[in-house]
Amino acid sequence: MNMNYFPDEVVEHVFDFITSHKDRNSVSLVCKSWYKIERYSRQRVFIGNCYSITPQRLIARFPGLKSLTLKGKPHFADFNLVPHDWGGFVYPWIKALAKSRIGLEELRLKRMVVSDDSLELLSKSFPNFKSLVLVSCEGFTTDGVAAIAANCRFLRELDLQENEVEDHRGHWLSCFPESCTSLVSLNFACLKGEINLASLERLVARSPNLKSLRLNRVVPLDTLQKLLMRAPQLVDLGIGSYVDDPSSEVFSKLKAVIQLCNSIRSLSGFLEVAPCCMSAIYPICENLTFLNLSYAPGLQGNDLTKLVQHCRKLQRLWILDCIGDKGLGVVASTCKELQELRVFPSDPFDAENAAVTEEGLVLISAGCPKLNSLLYFCHQMTNAALITVAKNCTNFIRFRLCILDPVKADPVTNQPLDEGFGAIVRSNKSLKRLSLSGLLTDQVFLYIGMYAKKLEMLSIAFAGDSNKGMLYVLNGCKKLRKLEIRDCPFGDVALLQDMGKYETMRSLWMSSCEVTLGACKTLAKKMPSLNVEIINESEKLESEQLEFSFDDRLLVDKMYLYRTLVGDRKDAPEYVWLL
Amino acid sequence: MVFEKDLNLDATELRLGLPGSSKESLRISNKRALPDMNDDSGVAAAKKCDQETAPPTKAQVVGWPPIRSYRKNSLQTKKTEAETSGMYVKVSMDGAPYLRKIDLKVYKGYPELFKALEDMFKFKVGKYSEREGYNGSEFVPTYEDKDGDWMLAGDVPWEMFINACKRLRIVRGSEARGLGCVV
Repeated sequence: MNMNYFPDEVVEHVFDFITSHKDRNSVSLVCKSWYKIERYSRQRVFIGNCYSITPQRLIARFPGLKSLTLKGKPHFADFNLVPHDWGGFVYPWIKALAKSRIGLEELRLKRMVVSDDSLELLSKSFPNFKSLVLVSCEGFTTDGVAAIAANCRFLRELDLQENEVEDHRGHWLSCFPESCTSLVSLNFACLKGEINLASLERLVARSPNLKSLRLNRVVPLDTLQKLLMRAPQLVDLGIGSYVDDPSSEVFSKLKAVIQLCNSIRSLSGFLEVAPCCMSAIYPICENLTFLNLSYAPGLQGNDLTKLVQHCRKLQRLWILDCIGDKGLGVVASTCKELQELRVFPSDPFDAENAAVTEEGLVLISAGCPKLNSLLYFCHQMTNAALITVAKNCTNFIRFRLCILDPVKADPVTNQPLDEGFGAIVRSNKSLKRLSLSGLLTDQVFLYIGMYAKKLEMLSIAFAGDSNKGMLYVLNGCKKLRKLEIRDCPFGDVALLQDMGKYETMRSLWMSSCEVTLGACKTLAKKMPSLNVEIINESEKLESEQLEFSFDDRLLVDKMYLYRTLVGDRKDAPEYVWLL
Repeated sequence: MVFEKDLNLDATELRLGLPGSSKESLRISNKRALPDMNDDSGVAAAKKCDQETAPPTKAQVVGWPPIRSYRKNSLQTKKTEAETSGMYVKVSMDGAPYLRKIDLKVYKGYPELFKALEDMFKFKVGKYSEREGYNGSEFVPTYEDKDGDWMLAGDVPWEMFINACKRLRIVRGSEARGLGCVV
C-alpha cells in the first residue's frame, strides 16, 4: 500500500492523471520523494501573481515546463485604478526562459505589460511554441503580433482578448508563412486596424484544423461568407462586420453557407451590425452553447429577444442591458440550460433609461435552475428580489452584482441591501466569488463572515461603517484568497488585527480607505513574507514631503500587498513605495 | 488636540492621494451621500462640486462602474455610431434593369464607395480631377442632394456628402458633361 515501494516511473505515471494545479501542488507537499517526482514531471504551471516568484526559481524547479500562465497587475487595474507602468512586465520571464533549456510551448498572460521585443524574443526562442493567449494586456503593437505569425512554425493558437494594441499598418496577417497550416484558433477581434482580406482567406483555406476564428470589425460580410465556405468545421465564430443589404447576392450566399456550419457552438462579435441581417443566424442558434453579444450595441432589445428565442441549448450568455427585463424574461423561458449570465451596461453613465432592474434578475432565477455564475449591471436592486433569487438559485459559484449608482439603497424600502446579500451567501454554500454594491452596512459583512465559507474572492466598494466590517470577513472567510476594497471606512485596526491571515491569501488591495502609512510600515516590518506597496500619484507629494517628512499618520490612498517568496521587486516605478 | 490644530491637518488633507479627492461626504452617518470623488477632469471640477450647494450631479467616480477600459472604449465609439442608424440610399445605373440600395455609413470615403459601386454594377469610375470631373470612363457617379439638384459625386468632403446625398445615379459619361461645377 505504501507508494514508496513503487519505482518512480510508476508514481510519475499516476501523477499524469492529476491535472489540476491545486492537486499537483498538494501532491508535491507529501514527501521529498513525491516533491522530486512531481517537479520533474510537471508540464503546466500557473502563477497567479508574477511577483510571488522569480523566473529563475520557476525554471530551477520545473525543468520540464511546457505551459506557463502568468498574471500581473491587480484586478482593479481593469478599472483605471493602477497606473500603466506599475509593473507586470513579461520581458524578464521570456528572457530567462529563452536562456534556459525550457521547451516552452504555451504562454498565457493576463494583465501584463507585453512589449514587441518580448513577443519577438518569444517567437524566436522556442521552436515548438504552439499557443499564445493574451488577455487584457498592453504595451505591444501589431509588429509584435507579426513576429509571432512569422516565426512560430507550429503555431496552433493565437488568442488576443481585449488587449490595447497599437495598430502599425503592417500586414501581420500576411506574415503567416505559406507553410503554416497548423492553426486551430485565431482571435484578433480586439485589433482595430485593416488587414489584408485576401491573406486571411488564404490562411483560413490552408488551416484544416481551424476550430475557432474571431474576426475584427474591418472584416466585412462578404469576406465572412468566403471564410465560412473554407471553414464550415468551425466550432467558435466571432463575426466582425455584419452589415449588408438583405436582398443582396452576397447575403443569400451567406445564408446558404451558414446552413452548412452545423458545428458552431459559440458565437460572438457583431462589432458592426445591421439588425435586418440577423435572421441568417437563426439556423445556428439551435446548437449554440455560448452567445456573446456584449460588443454589439447596434442590436436593440427586440432584435436580441428574437435571436435568443432560437437558442434553446444556451449555457452561457453575455449580453447588453438593452435586452431589458422583458427580454430577460424571454431568456428565462427559453434557455433552460443556462449556467452563466453576464449583463453589461450599454451606457454606463446614463441613469435615465433603466434598462434592467431587479425584475429581470428574478425572472432569470426562476427560469434557469442551472444558473451558477452571474455578472449583472443594473440600475437598482431590492432586498426582496435578492431574497427571491437566493430561494430560486442555490448553486452560485460566482455572484457579481453592480448597481450603477454606487450607494443606492433598496428603492422600495430605503434600506441597505444587507439582508439581500445575506440571503445570497446563506443559500449558496459553494460561492467562491462575490462582488457587492449598493448601500451596505457592517451587517452584510457579518453575514459574509458567517456563511461564505468557501469564498475565495471578494470585491467591495463604498460599503460598511467601521473596521468591524472588514474584520468579520477576515475572521470568517477561511478560504479567502483575494480581497479588494475601495472607498470603505476600514482602517489600521482592521488591517493589523491578524497579520498572519495575509500569508494565506494571494493579495489584498485597499484604496481610498482609512489606512495610515504607519500601519502599512508596521505590517511590512512584521511580515517579511509580504510585499506591501503604496502607490502615490499625488502631485502635492513633494511639498508634503518637505513639510511632513512621511508622517506616519498620512492616510494612504492605494495599498497593495501580496505574499511572495522572493522579497521586494526591482522594477517598481518611482511612485510605488515598497515598504 | 493641540498638535492637530497647529498642523491644520484637515485643511491640508494629509493623504497620499490625488489632489482634490475628499472623504467628507463618506462619513455622514449611515446613509452615505453620493461620494464626492474627483471626476475625470480633475481638481477644478471637484472643487466646483464642493462649492455648489445643490446635490452633486453624477460626478464620474474614477473606476466606477467597474467595467474594463477596453469595453468602455468600444462602447463609447460604437454608441455614437449606433445612434445614427444606417443611411440607405437607392443607387441606379443607366441601362441597369433594377435599382440597388447601399448604406453610406459603411464606407469611410469616396474610394471605398466607388469600389463598392464598381463591384456592384461592373463598371469603372475613372480618374477624378477637380477641373474636369471624371475622365477616362464611360460612367460617372452622380447624386441627388437635399435641394433636389443632381451633383457630381466627389467634389465635397465625404461627411458633407453622406449627409446631403439622397440617392445615387451612375450616368453615362456623355450625359455627365455640364455637371462639373457647383457654385
